[in-house]
Amino acid sequence: MNALFRIALASAWNRRSALLLMALSIALSAFLLLGVSRVREAAHESFSASVSGTDLIVGARGSGLSLMLYTVFHIGDATQNIDWKSARWLAAHPAVAWALPVSLGDSHRGFPVLATEADYFKRFRYGADMSLRIVEGRAFDEVFDVTLGAEVAKKLGYRLGDRVVLTHGSGLDGGIEHADKPFAVSGILAATGTPVDRTLFISLAGMEAIHLDWQAGAPVAGMSIGAQFVKKFDLTPRNVTGVLVGLRSRAHVFAMQREIAAYREEPLMGVMPGVALDQLWQVAQGGERALLLVSLAVAAVGLAGLVATLLAGLDARRRELAILRSVGAGPRRMVLLLLIEGLGVTAFGILLGWVSLCGVLALAGDALQAGWGIALQPFVPGLAQWWLIAGLLAAGLLASLLPAWRAYRLSLADGLLPRI
Amino acid sequence: MSTPAVVALEGLRYRWPGQGGPGLVIDRLQLAPGEHLFVQGESGSGKSTLLALIAGVLLPQAGSVRLLGQDLAALSSARRDQARVDHVGFIFQQFNLLPYLAVIDNVLLPCRFSGRRGARAVARSGSLQAEAARLLARLDLDERLWQRPAAGLSVGQQQRVAAARALIGAPELLVADEPTSALDASRQQGFLALLREEAAASGAALLFVSHDTRLEAGFSASYRLAPMMEGAA
Repeated sequence: MNALFRIALASAWNRRSALLLMALSIALSAFLLLGVSRVREAAHESFSASVSGTDLIVGARGSGLSLMLYTVFHIGDATQNIDWKSARWLAAHPAVAWALPVSLGDSHRGFPVLATEADYFKRFRYGADMSLRIVEGRAFDEVFDVTLGAEVAKKLGYRLGDRVVLTHGSGLDGGIEHADKPFAVSGILAATGTPVDRTLFISLAGMEAIHLDWQAGAPVAGMSIGAQFVKKFDLTPRNVTGVLVGLRSRAHVFAMQREIAAYREEPLMGVMPGVALDQLWQVAQGGERALLLVSLAVAAVGLAGLVATLLAGLDARRRELAILRSVGAGPRRMVLLLLIEGLGVTAFGILLGWVSLCGVLALAGDALQAGWGIALQPFVPGLAQWWLIAGLLAAGLLASLLPAWRAYRLSLADGLLPRI
Repeated sequence: MSTPAVVALEGLRYRWPGQGGPGLVIDRLQLAPGEHLFVQGESGSGKSTLLALIAGVLLPQAGSVRLLGQDLAALSSARRDQARVDHVGFIFQQFNLLPYLAVIDNVLLPCRFSGRRGARAVARSGSLQAEAARLLARLDLDERLWQRPAAGLSVGQQQRVAAARALIGAPELLVADEPTSALDASRQQGFLALLREEAAASGAALLFVSHDTRLEAGFSASYRLAPMMEGAA
């Protein structure tokens, strides 16, 4: 067995160019399969990490998934607002440890603006119970203060004190700018790898102030209130998009949810982020499956290449098989020889694929995190990846069976002298 | 009790599927230890078939092939494979070296599959490498070539390596299948003499198969194969 293994190795080395090409195609399969699996995991982790400390997201009754996507990830369309009184009711509820009203809708150069209370920076948790950290300056304090997420500051090159003009709406459709009421950068947050990095934070009063002379989503004609006069007005918001709620005890989450649903003043709902995320994964499942299918198809093509190359090489190797027979190797050992080779090439291809993937992630991980907000770094395969690797190896072994069977037949037919 | 023949064929009949004519027919053929037998046969007389039967790669449809007294048909296929490498050294017309292995590794190939031949080689020279080196030196192969891949050797050099591989571990039987056909007449005689000398030195019986009757001189016995008629080589 040991002798056969060494001969298989020497023989493979002799045909290294063809085998390397084969290993490369399997490496591509492994790269894609492991990559898709890892991206999926990282996306799940990243989404889960973005809302780790929040027990309930409360908003107007409707789609829980939309509410979560909008309030936490700033994805999708604005949901209906809820009354400020409802937000106060939540904050005052004995079961609630903290309640952070959030108001969305405006943007700055494509980045969403989130109006909330300064407490947000103390209360909000992401990842493994990590709190936000301000690396420069301080949290917003004045009406026209803005605190920037790490990526916003980096991409737009903002420093403390810089002027920032917000755009009404998402800005994608050329929204009107709140140019008369610019904000000043008061602080910059440390990077978190969550949507926080791509967000500008202002106070609820600030949000109210820039909309004083607005009505129904447009400036009121002939009315202009200068920035210096806004403090003369009541800047308490009339409504907010939603409220992030932390409970004193997680055990009360269902009771609280029921109580919110039964709230009489307006139709509300409380969404558990985990449950909403599960809904999200169900929605995303189709896409994930399609990606996996494409990767599997690439793997199948790679393995078909393995079969074709091994089969094509067999005729040229008939003399080798005959020589091995003359020195005592039986046809079963020929089968073993081909299986060892097929499995070896597959294993090498997988290793190559994984190493390349780690290399790409090491080089592009930061860019991926900045662009997609998904933390992708070189990784040790986890259970899901080990299953894929085992599947690829098993498929490689199966793919080698056909050439191995042919080698067996050739070896039996040729005996000691190849009939070529 | 007399020593069994190294190879004994009795009432042997073999016909390839679909082949007409009588096929290979050998009523009786024996090779005693140390004997040098010349088997002559024209193309199509079944020389390769005979070798495959002696190697246990094929089994006769009638009669028996005994290797050192053991009927090959009574052994399992795996045991036949083992018996082949334990007791028989082959030299082929094309030499059949593995081109990607170094010369010395080609020589050692039978010892990788046969503990018995490995043990004999070690008993003879102290180590496998030393025995391979001894044989290659005896066969006059330049030491600088030993670690080089067999692919780069000349025909004459390949022939010597093939002979060393057949001889290592002192198998009881050496089978040579037209190993001189690629050589000119003077070199043919030289190699043949060397082969007989080495076979005698290791005490092996030699079965030399060729179509060329000019090579027959010097062998202690000869056997002529009748044509198998149409069909296999």
